[in-house]
Amino acid sequence: MVLRAEGLNVHIPTVHGALWPVRNVDLSIAPGETLGIVGESGCGKSLTSLALMGLLPVRARRHADVLEIAGNDLLQLEEKQMSNLRGDTVAMIFQDPMTSLNPAYTVGEQLTEVLRRHTGASRRQALGRAAELLDRVGIDASRQRLAMYPYELSGGLRQRVMIAMALMCEPQLLIADEPTTALDVTIQLQILDLLVSLQEEFGMALLIITHDFGVVARIANNVAVMYAGEVVEHGPVGRVLSDPLHPYTRGLLSCIPVSGVHTRGRLLPTIPGQVSPVFRGADGCGFRNRCNRVFDACESGEVPTRFMGDGRSVRCLLYEVAQGAAS
Amino acid sequence: MSPPLFELRDVSREFRMRGGLFSPRRMLRAVDNVSLRVEKGEVLGIVGESGCGKSTLARILLGLDRPTSGEVLFEGTGLEVMDRRAFTRRVQPVFQDPYSSLNPRKTVGEIISLPLRVHRVGDQASHRAEVKRMLDRVGLAARLYDAYPAQLSGGQRQRVAIARALITSPSIVVCDEPTSALDVSVQAQILNLLDEVRRTLSLSYVFISHNLAVVEHLATRVIVMQEGRIVEDRETVALFREPRHPYTITLLGSILKLDATRSSREAAHAD
Repeated sequence: MVLRAEGLNVHIPTVHGALWPVRNVDLSIAPGETLGIVGESGCGKSLTSLALMGLLPVRARRHADVLEIAGNDLLQLEEKQMSNLRGDTVAMIFQDPMTSLNPAYTVGEQLTEVLRRHTGASRRQALGRAAELLDRVGIDASRQRLAMYPYELSGGLRQRVMIAMALMCEPQLLIADEPTTALDVTIQLQILDLLVSLQEEFGMALLIITHDFGVVARIANNVAVMYAGEVVEHGPVGRVLSDPLHPYTRGLLSCIPVSGVHTRGRLLPTIPGQVSPVFRGADGCGFRNRCNRVFDACESGEVPTRFMGDGRSVRCLLYEVAQGAAS
Repeated sequence: MSPPLFELRDVSREFRMRGGLFSPRRMLRAVDNVSLRVEKGEVLGIVGESGCGKSTLARILLGLDRPTSGEVLFEGTGLEVMDRRAFTRRVQPVFQDPYSSLNPRKTVGEIISLPLRVHRVGDQASHRAEVKRMLDRVGLAARLYDAYPAQLSGGQRQRVAIARALITSPSIVVCDEPTSALDVSVQAQILNLLDEVRRTLSLSYVFISHNLAVVEHLATRVIVMQEGRIVEDRETVALFREPRHPYTITLLGSILKLDATRSSREAAHAD
């Protein structure tokens, strides 16, 4: 496993008591594999990825039982060692390539910085490698592009530059947080397909954070659906999409308009209410206020994760009841 | 036969781009020779990628921008000869970002009643009653009357924006990416609301979005724009079933499906 996280929690102390935006998250990704984390705003998906990178906001605290990336025990690492890992063993690309590239430096300067920082390569070597990677991510005239500033590139090209930058040190784990959300649909498809082909070539593990099931369907092997800080359902993408178990996953999938499916003139199914903005170390199921299958037992206690035997797990008492009745 | 709500004849909008020190100034044609009609009761979807001119077109329809050339007719009358107040009462906008389109220092009640005050319709008491009716119409609790936008979620803010658009009883609402900033579970609620009020108030919409599935769900007719031009203008079902223009074909081919392509490809490998 390139990534192994067990019992990952993030808590933020506030004057009103602690918030727990990420709770008991277990994740693992094998080399060459892609895991998608899907969820709506505030579900904790981005904080989960920042917790993995050790890049949480100052006041947020991370706790975990196990947290390993490529054999490194992150729980034991000092910040200095962690910063050696970032950009080298594990790299990250963000949603908005305009704000994550520095407007005051050329593409070449930004690309080579990573390699020189981590390997001590010379400027010349680093520029050669940068040009190679720009070619690889489908940017033509790569030598000239190295001298350009980010504003001279389109959104799609900037995201390609970000990907090239992430690949400079051939990371074993690439974390992509909403990598195509700011892009047009035709460009989105190109970038997703590029990520898959790069992954096949480099054999890295890919963690993709998105709100879009379409993105997961296109490139992920496994998916973890998050709600209110917890992974409520996890499993192979095909199974989760075709036969979702958790009422939240079901609701979410049914309320997306799908091209080719005739829904005009009909109301879309909805999930009533909205995602609660704040999550305390909560009692009971976090989804119970919006759930259409809620019953008494959902009100209190911990909801355990139930492993279903087909590679899937679900965190919902409906399946505890089913299991109890069967045995 | 009554004239269409909107008719655009050969409308173009050019912007002057600042040239460099020695390079000549360039003209950018954001909207290039567009002719279209919006009939009463229609939901006209406009799709296209960033920079295709769809938002400039929306601004022209709303009277917020004037075309460089061409004619814009509302119910058969040219916009330049129409009374501006009468026009804006009939044509209302809903914008993408409910965070920046609502004044953060005004209460929900003040925001929704502003169009009535601008148009000097009714008195304070009738405004209050009208706003309460609108809140109920868009599914917001009456107690939110005195709330500020910061106290509302994204979905609630977009409901406020819709209430504000509907309060002057417009004939047509121009929606520019009304659900793009919302979560998918909230998006479905807002799409349902738009659809429901359209039917009860017999409204027409111009519905601009980059999300093709959303447009397919809501629109009766779809215009595909590329580089300022209309490349295809057809009834929704026909357009999505057999797109004709190569660009439309590319665009529709880019819609992400909910079939697991990656795992099915690997399953095929394993067999």
